[in-house]
Amino acid sequence: MEQAQITVHATDEVKPPVTSIGVIGWARKNLFSSWLNSLLTLLIFYLLYRTVPPFIRWAFIDSVWWTGGSACKDATGACWSVVTSNLRFILFGFYPYEQQWRPLIAICVLMGFMLYSNNRKRWNTYLLIAWPIGLVFMGLIMRGGIFGLPYVDTEKWSGISLTLLLSIFGLSAAYPLGVLLALGRRSRLPAIKTLCVIYIEIIRGVPLISMLFMASVMLPLFLPEGITINKILRAQVAIILFTAAYIAEVVRGGLQAIPRGQYEAAESLGLNYYLKMRLIILPQALKTVIPPTVSILVTAFKDTSLVVIIGLFDLLRTTHVTLSNPEWMGFSNEAYLFTAAIYFVGCFYMSNFSRRLEKELRT
Amino acid sequence: MVKFNSMTEAIQKADSGKQSVPFWHDPAKRALVYQAVALALAFLIGYYIFSNTQANLRRQSIATGFGFLSREAGFEIGEPVITYSAADTYARALAVGLLNTLKVSVIGIVLTLLLGLIFGVARLSRNWLVSRIASGYIEVLQNIPVLLQLFFWYGLFHNALPSPRLSLHPLPGIFINNRGFYFPLPEAHPAYGWMALALLAACIICYLISRWAQARQDRTGQAFPVLAFSLCLIIGLPGLAWLLSGAPTAIDVPHLIGFNYEGGFSFSPEFGALLFGLVLYTSAFVAEIVRAGIQAVSRGQTEAAMSIGLRSKLILTLVILPQALRVIIPPLTSQMLNLTKNSSLAVAIGYPDFVAVANTTINQTGQAIEGVALIMVVYLMISLVTSAFMNWYNKKTALVER
Repeated sequence: MEQAQITVHATDEVKPPVTSIGVIGWARKNLFSSWLNSLLTLLIFYLLYRTVPPFIRWAFIDSVWWTGGSACKDATGACWSVVTSNLRFILFGFYPYEQQWRPLIAICVLMGFMLYSNNRKRWNTYLLIAWPIGLVFMGLIMRGGIFGLPYVDTEKWSGISLTLLLSIFGLSAAYPLGVLLALGRRSRLPAIKTLCVIYIEIIRGVPLISMLFMASVMLPLFLPEGITINKILRAQVAIILFTAAYIAEVVRGGLQAIPRGQYEAAESLGLNYYLKMRLIILPQALKTVIPPTVSILVTAFKDTSLVVIIGLFDLLRTTHVTLSNPEWMGFSNEAYLFTAAIYFVGCFYMSNFSRRLEKELRT
Repeated sequence: MVKFNSMTEAIQKADSGKQSVPFWHDPAKRALVYQAVALALAFLIGYYIFSNTQANLRRQSIATGFGFLSREAGFEIGEPVITYSAADTYARALAVGLLNTLKVSVIGIVLTLLLGLIFGVARLSRNWLVSRIASGYIEVLQNIPVLLQLFFWYGLFHNALPSPRLSLHPLPGIFINNRGFYFPLPEAHPAYGWMALALLAACIICYLISRWAQARQDRTGQAFPVLAFSLCLIIGLPGLAWLLSGAPTAIDVPHLIGFNYEGGFSFSPEFGALLFGLVLYTSAFVAEIVRAGIQAVSRGQTEAAMSIGLRSKLILTLVILPQALRVIIPPLTSQMLNLTKNSSLAVAIGYPDFVAVANTTINQTGQAIEGVALIMVVYLMISLVTSAFMNWYNKKTALVER
């Protein structure tokens, strides 16, 4: 017994060579495993050396942060003043200046909800009910008219609030429509199937821009005389109709993934179509398509920036408008980098979430 | 026994009395009713919209029909592919726009595939630095709206590039300034027409040879160096044509005339920004697709190929790629279509693509319905043609299962 212990101890004493452990070992394995890899590594180091230090110098060392536009023209580095001086306009646009704490609260509530729902262990019925209540609360606090808050017309919602409104409300309204379209496309009734297929394929074949043009110039012609709907709602309708077609395709994928036996079992229990879908098929199908649905939310969030083209003031447009002010003209890189960072944080968080969910649901 | 008799009686009654089942309990008839209701609803909504539109158009006295297409457009279009002036018709203006859309889409798709392939493979590289950089590229570009990227590049080209007199001059003959990018081009000469013909002939010969080589390999098992042979042919035949038709070497170098450069080949900052933004954005998605496709081929396939003694190059071309392509092609098709559809964002940075020209047409004629309908029909046609082609290609490469 003692003998054995001693041998184990003895082999432990023999350490691997220095070149195969620690930093050197890691670098040999991951950076210099072959001559081609070594060449690539050296090339990349050189490129990084040529780009990263000048960028840091431009962005941080030589940059100015809290000056006016004229002082920026003399600076050699980045002019972050364009962001800091116009921050509230970029974020909240034409929302009344002294009331801008309200969208701020709404955004904080939304982020709180998203962070809380991040963990799948916390998903339960209460959370499912809390979400719509939270969204309504956000809408109310933005719109005002109750709790003694002054009323703010939706025409004035701009900047990040408009971006969030269009994407979140767009997706929540498009979701049921998309599920209906997917069911229609899988239906055995030829007329209903054809209608759904035509709708989905037409919408997926045209760019979102054409839908937005349609909403902004054609929708007023479609309605009877005297009825007008505001610009934001028109864009919202276009985004809903557009997103619904994409959701329909995702949900169809989920429906196809349900084994035939599930349908047959539901039928053999004597369930009718409605009960079969509601109790057996949809709960399973919708669960499997949660990750791609989150990806669609990411796409919708990015695509709302297209409303710039029909003249709505979303986050991208407020940045654009700031740059058309003669004082800040020419500092587009700094302003767009800031806006890009906001979009990136939102999209990256959601797509990471979707990827993690996909992994968890698969196992 | 009595019970049994009554039961058979009941069954017989039910059989003979099929007609007496009320129609709302008969699935076949119910289906008919549902469909009739759905169709009627769709028709009613269509009719409602149509009648409202008719009334509105009459009230606002907006002309209808496509008669405006043959009227004079009266606006200029930058960098037309075919000759165009403001005196031409709207139809020709729209054709110019369509060609511009196709130009940026085709060039964009080729560059996107190249860049996406490079970053997709780099993402899987065993070199830690390479794979980190590729994944950073993919994450950053995927998660920023493409329109914002277009604005960024457009702003960069306009603000950071110098004026024509102070043009950047990275290589001899190439000039870059805030009016555009200028490259030297060989001067026009009949030789280039012959070279194009020779290239076409080379392609046809290559196609025939590859078919013959495949047939021979299927029959006898002997391989033929198709790739090397084709390369020689594709470079050699046009080269021969160039030599035979006098070997012209005159090159048209861009030169400063007045306020800007002229001559050579050039494109505007708008086109550059659009191409740059679209290619970078879409290639990030293509890279993800390529990575997923390669990872979808299981490790056992590589091991099996090694165990029958294939070299690593042959493993890639004969075993991995054919299987990966099957996974890659369908999502790749939708990315190509996305790029084409996203090229409509050109309207935001002032590149005259189809949507931009149609938008100007709508603003000038007031005929919104015809304009938007044209946009939709054109994009639908592009989508249909592309998906038909890709479906055909997909079927060709698909796994033949018994």
